[in-house]
Amino acid sequence: MTRWWRWLLPLAAVPVLALLAYGFKLDPRDIPSPLVGRPAAPFTLTSFDGAPMTLEALRGKVVVLNFWASWCYPACYEEAPVLERGWRAYRDRGVVVLGVDIQDKEEAGRKFIRDFGLTFPNAPDPTGRVSVDYGVYGVPETFFVDRQGRIRVKHVGAVTEAVFRDTVEALLAEPAPGG
Amino acid sequence: MTASAGRRTPSGPAVLALVVVLLAALPADAQQPSRPVDDQQVYEVAADLRCVVCQNLSVADSPSEMATQMRAIVRERLAAGETPAQVRQYFVERYGDWILLSPPRQGFTLVVWVAPLVAVLVGLGLVALLVRGWTRRRGPALPPVDPAMRERIRRELEREP
Repeated sequence: MTRWWRWLLPLAAVPVLALLAYGFKLDPRDIPSPLVGRPAAPFTLTSFDGAPMTLEALRGKVVVLNFWASWCYPACYEEAPVLERGWRAYRDRGVVVLGVDIQDKEEAGRKFIRDFGLTFPNAPDPTGRVSVDYGVYGVPETFFVDRQGRIRVKHVGAVTEAVFRDTVEALLAEPAPGG
Repeated sequence: MTASAGRRTPSGPAVLALVVVLLAALPADAQQPSRPVDDQQVYEVAADLRCVVCQNLSVADSPSEMATQMRAIVRERLAAGETPAQVRQYFVERYGDWILLSPPRQGFTLVVWVAPLVAVLVGLGLVALLVRGWTRRRGPALPPVDPAMRERIRRELEREP
């Protein structure tokens, strides 16, 4: 009688261990978004200033759509100055930064904007409709929309200076729609 | 009472005109008139959806603000005439299969459903092989004890106190 089966059990554990080793190295927060490459969902919100905030009016511009909340510490606090600097540096080159404050108290959101001196448009999303339309599952999440209105990059976690610059430059380097 | 109620009730043609105006005012994508949705229907759809801000909780069971908002969206879409499958699809298109608490029984995630069955079958096969190995390794049957020896054993045992 061959005893090949004596080796079979330990050998069967090898692929299982390999799978676990691979799985434990993955970041469970890094969930691929099915929205990348698809047209950005249209929305109309009312900004904290009372002005309408809509995506449709921005076709032809590169849009950085940032979802944040005042309770999201520290990531949102790290990226707020980055977004403000990026907005100031790139607004003349056809880049718009939009902030959507989700699952927040309005007063806390206003204070956050004041504290960081944010000058780009920011709007609350009181019903959560826009958050769900963009498949947001946490804050901060940032969508980079190209000039054709398609979502090109979804960034989970605080946007760094390098991520902002590199992504926006790459999208600006693409030819504008229709030309 | 009756008089005031009668005064407040608009006449038939007026109601009809109002309905026509309201229907015309509906946006193009809301083809179906809204219908009543009971909590059970909302619960059934929400129970299949992962609460995105929780750990291992469904949208139906989570008290979080995000889940509350998602339940409202489920209710709204059901009321607009969407089927539960269409509502689930709406969330899958935005969040991916990740939003579903049970992975779909097709494509790659079918593996999750089939693998345990395969493992059980392989295990049973392995047990069968082992059992066959054990039974086969037992040597030839022992020779029968001859009657003289059996008699002797009996006598020896009886002598014991």
